[in-house]
Amino acid sequence: MQKTIEKIIKSHEGEKGSLIPILQDVQRECGYISEEAVAAIAKDVKISEHEIYGVATFYAQFRFTKPGDHLIKVCVGTACHVRGNSLNLMHIKKILGIDEGEITFDYRFGLETVNCLGACALAPLVTVDDEYYGNFSPIKLKKILSKYAKEKAGAEDEED
Amino acid sequence: MKKINSVFALEELRNSLIQAIDRQKTVVRVCSSTGCRASGAMQVIDVLGKELTRQGLDDKVEIKKVGCRGFCEKGPLMAVGPKNIFYQKLKPADIPEIVSETLANGIIIDRLLYEDPETKEKIRYESDIPFFKKQVRNVFGRTGKINPASIDDYIVEGGYTALCKALSSMTSQEIIEMISDSGLRGRGGGGFPTGAKWKFCRNVATDTKYVIANGDEGDPGAFMDRSLMEGDPHCILEGMIIGAYAIGASEGYVYVRAEYPLAVQHLSIAIKKAEEYGFLGKNILGSGFDFNIKIKMGAGAFVCGEETALMASIMGKRGMPRPRPPFPAVSGVWGRPTVINNVKTWANVSLIIKNGVDWFTSLGTEKSPGTTIFSVVGNVKNTGLVEVPMGTTFRDIIYGCGRGIQDDKALKAVQTGGPAGGCLPSELIDTPVDFDRLLEMGAMMGSGGMIVMDEDTCMVDIASYFLSFTQAESCGKCSPCRIGTKVMLDILERIKSGQGEEEDLDRLAELAVTIRNASLCGLGQTAPNPVLTTLRYFRDEYEAHIRDKSCPALVCKDLIKYVISEKCVGCGICKKKCPVGAINGKKKELHVIDQSLCVKCGTCYQVCPPKIGAVEKVTGFRKSEREMTNADY
Repeated sequence: MQKTIEKIIKSHEGEKGSLIPILQDVQRECGYISEEAVAAIAKDVKISEHEIYGVATFYAQFRFTKPGDHLIKVCVGTACHVRGNSLNLMHIKKILGIDEGEITFDYRFGLETVNCLGACALAPLVTVDDEYYGNFSPIKLKKILSKYAKEKAGAEDEED
Repeated sequence: MKKINSVFALEELRNSLIQAIDRQKTVVRVCSSTGCRASGAMQVIDVLGKELTRQGLDDKVEIKKVGCRGFCEKGPLMAVGPKNIFYQKLKPADIPEIVSETLANGIIIDRLLYEDPETKEKIRYESDIPFFKKQVRNVFGRTGKINPASIDDYIVEGGYTALCKALSSMTSQEIIEMISDSGLRGRGGGGFPTGAKWKFCRNVATDTKYVIANGDEGDPGAFMDRSLMEGDPHCILEGMIIGAYAIGASEGYVYVRAEYPLAVQHLSIAIKKAEEYGFLGKNILGSGFDFNIKIKMGAGAFVCGEETALMASIMGKRGMPRPRPPFPAVSGVWGRPTVINNVKTWANVSLIIKNGVDWFTSLGTEKSPGTTIFSVVGNVKNTGLVEVPMGTTFRDIIYGCGRGIQDDKALKAVQTGGPAGGCLPSELIDTPVDFDRLLEMGAMMGSGGMIVMDEDTCMVDIASYFLSFTQAESCGKCSPCRIGTKVMLDILERIKSGQGEEEDLDRLAELAVTIRNASLCGLGQTAPNPVLTTLRYFRDEYEAHIRDKSCPALVCKDLIKYVISEKCVGCGICKKKCPVGAINGKKKELHVIDQSLCVKCGTCYQVCPPKIGAVEKVTGFRKSEREMTNADY
């Protein structure tokens, strides 16, 4: 991981205002912003660690703990709200047994809310990783979850 | 690729591109924007390619992956041939038939056509569909028509001719005058005259200046900026290059939300191509003018749509606004003069330069010329993006393009301008919509979200929804916004839960005025708008929550309960589906909900078969309890 971070920092060398792009690249490559990453960035970009945390915690995009295998994002934009996504969110929370920003104990699913994904015509909208599920309803949820759970189980079988 | 270094070279390239078009080929345009992708457009395109090969039509048909046509709800969408036979809600299984019938033999497949919800008529061609018919697509003129990843497509459609015109035959002064004369106002929602902004910036004498395209479309419920960046990125770049030339900027940024990965991808391709062709870089079109554009990705902060916060974010800092003056036109990114405009404003610039002032002002109202784009979403039959002349009425947009309210319910309110805007009642739907009229009514244009709400929407809930959004997105720098919105939200939550007091309405109004007057930036100044407008137009609903402890729209959880009526046949579906096991009852007997266990998720209400309809939502039950206690005294 150290190497990846060094490589990312190097690719932004000489760029003005590079802190946010570096953090974005680190999160894309490593999944989250680790303490080690912050320390490495602080050293190379010459910004203090607390300043980096100041910037990183300001933006909703950055997370500081390891994410789950699959990230479920529930859109809480207006169009989705009007069409009942808050109810869906409640259901998802209940079924996964986690709150937003948390990860299931087996690291299989993480849950986040997002302000608007810009696909309002398909509201209410939920995404899992990069897959969009429009016109979402609690009835669809179980089917979708089992699809991802199966995928994982399938992969493990192959490893065996 | 040889760089284009003169107007003549561009014209030559364009002619050769037009000549190279194989007119024997049928063009099939499939939308591959986020909305349609979410409904499976990429699989459709994949199958279409394979099916064409299988049926031997490869050399007769061209598949074009185009940008958003705005009718995302009906996706994946396809438009076939020059007349745009319009197929909607496609599935991979429909493709073999489309190839063998429509593409091979010209037979239109009825089942895939759009059906008008009112007349039940099947409509064949895109231009005849009311959703499109009522629109004037200028800014969106090319999205849905061209492949956004192809600069050649853009050039064929007359792209970069405005840039040529500006660089070869106009002085920077003339460009600014033309933009001023057109009366173009900032399409990000504020409505500030674009020409005036440019003039300020041009008059500052310094070596480095910047231009920025604001694509940080944070308003929940609005997605036209996404659609434009994905579907026609070059028109934004062209506008920026012209603007940079006019004010003397050498560098530009496009600031895009990180939530829009496809927009980032298409803009990156567009910038690379524009550099290759010589529209960006050194000595653009042989004019001696140098200009470069970089992409900056947002990181999920709504406040970054505010210009000073956006610039802080570009500089790698916390995206917090600062007091103005100094205005960005004097001191912006890195302390240099900066012009920042919404992506739609930039797109309008190239159109105005190309088509002239008279063309632009022939549409719209006197003080708000041109067209505007709304994303009509919520409880409306046809949701999507519509571009209409400024001054079009709400009725034309909602009932004309949108074809009315879902399930033929009554329209209750229209919300424009996102969290900064206001909720307007149905009585105002014949008002022409432009910047000034919306402000008069207490709402605002914002970035163009238009949320249509039916009779089942609780206005107190909506006000608290928007306020919870702005409250969460408040950057915390100034206390009126940070603390004020929190206190207002607490009051609203209290009202929603049935704990509201009569004085709460005055408290809300007073706080709203203070927050509006004392906040540092637009976010705080406009945050009370949803509350103020709902108080102004829907006061009785607040009063019902406070006095009668009832939610007339049956939304606020603490004020409603679910009950099973006599109609229950005891089928047991609700009992089975109830997530908390709150429903009791024997098979074929009346079921009962245990109110102490019920979490009011509404599952029973949804699963009860419509022909039985035994589960009912009721409100105002606390009223009777209160009356009882009063009687006791």
